[in-house]
Amino acid sequence: MKIVPKSLLALGLLSFGALAPAALGIDSAKSKATATFKQMNVPVDGEFTKIAGTVSFDPAKPEAASASIEIDTAGFDLGMEDYNAEVRKKEWFDSKAYPKATFQSTAFKALGGDRYQASGRLSIKGKTTDISLPVTVKREAAATVFEGSLPVSRKSYGIGDASWDEVVEDLVTVKFHIVQPR
Amino acid sequence: MTQRYTRTAVSLHWLVALLIAGGFGLGWFMTDLPLSPAKLKYYSWHKWIGVTVFLLALLRLTWRLTHRPPPLPSGMPAWQQQASEWGHRGLYLLIFILPLSGWLYSSASGYPVVYLGLVQLPDLVGRDKALAGVLHEVHELLATGLLVLVGVHVLAAFKHHFLDRDGLLGRMWFGA
Repeated sequence: MKIVPKSLLALGLLSFGALAPAALGIDSAKSKATATFKQMNVPVDGEFTKIAGTVSFDPAKPEAASASIEIDTAGFDLGMEDYNAEVRKKEWFDSKAYPKATFQSTAFKALGGDRYQASGRLSIKGKTTDISLPVTVKREAAATVFEGSLPVSRKSYGIGDASWDEVVEDLVTVKFHIVQPR
Repeated sequence: MTQRYTRTAVSLHWLVALLIAGGFGLGWFMTDLPLSPAKLKYYSWHKWIGVTVFLLALLRLTWRLTHRPPPLPSGMPAWQQQASEWGHRGLYLLIFILPLSGWLYSSASGYPVVYLGLVQLPDLVGRDKALAGVLHEVHELLATGLLVLVGVHVLAAFKHHFLDRDGLLGRMWFGA
């Protein structure tokens, strides 16, 4: 029995890739995600310093697009080391037990122009929720940039115990800027 | 008749003295506390006190520049008059720059000052960990400087009151 030459196999993979756009890794260094919340009415920004994932997007076939993003909860930087250590604790992200927060898209819909509606599953601290959010896609010379923001109720994911409710608001706005090299 | 400070000057003096004592005590106490909801409250209150002192300092300086303070007791040696002049200049300077350094430190830390939880002050500098570290040191150094100057100020007032018995302290209280 003749073994299929590797080059042919590669060709087959390529043609398959042409049907569903290839999922390419994002640029972790250029991609950013921040979480903004209010603490005694003081707006505080934290940055998720470790973000990775893959995105496939073809403007000709937006409905075939997909995204898989993961964020290291231990990489959340509030600008102060004791704050960072606090949010890694069990009461907050519980980074030891749940090192990653993930988003896995399930549908992508064009809204006109560079605007799209992404649906998917957001998992934080072991809890998965269906979400839908608007995403702006910009095609730059060397990269595709996906941007958007998402209001999240931290309490709905069990982040932060009740003793903090008096000083830290429930609403957290997560903003992302994902850069995928082309 | 003893010349005394105006009611406004006296009120402002003691109000600022009270706020500085509170702000200093809170600052001393809160810094080494482990992170907790209470600690965040203390930081907010400390910042509110600082903003209030800064605003009152503006009022005080305006008042001081438009109202002549009563003259120093006669017979005070020249060096003491000089020390008094420069000591008070130092106190005025510190009630401005100590809150200002705190405001800068807050900005550099990425935690803006929201006065009374209502009015957000603009950030003076962007978030910068290294700069925040330096500003923290500066804020503490200025606070220590204020502690020393206030100490000298109080000791000098006691000297005038108990040793010289020249009625100087009474001028900083409300007249009958």
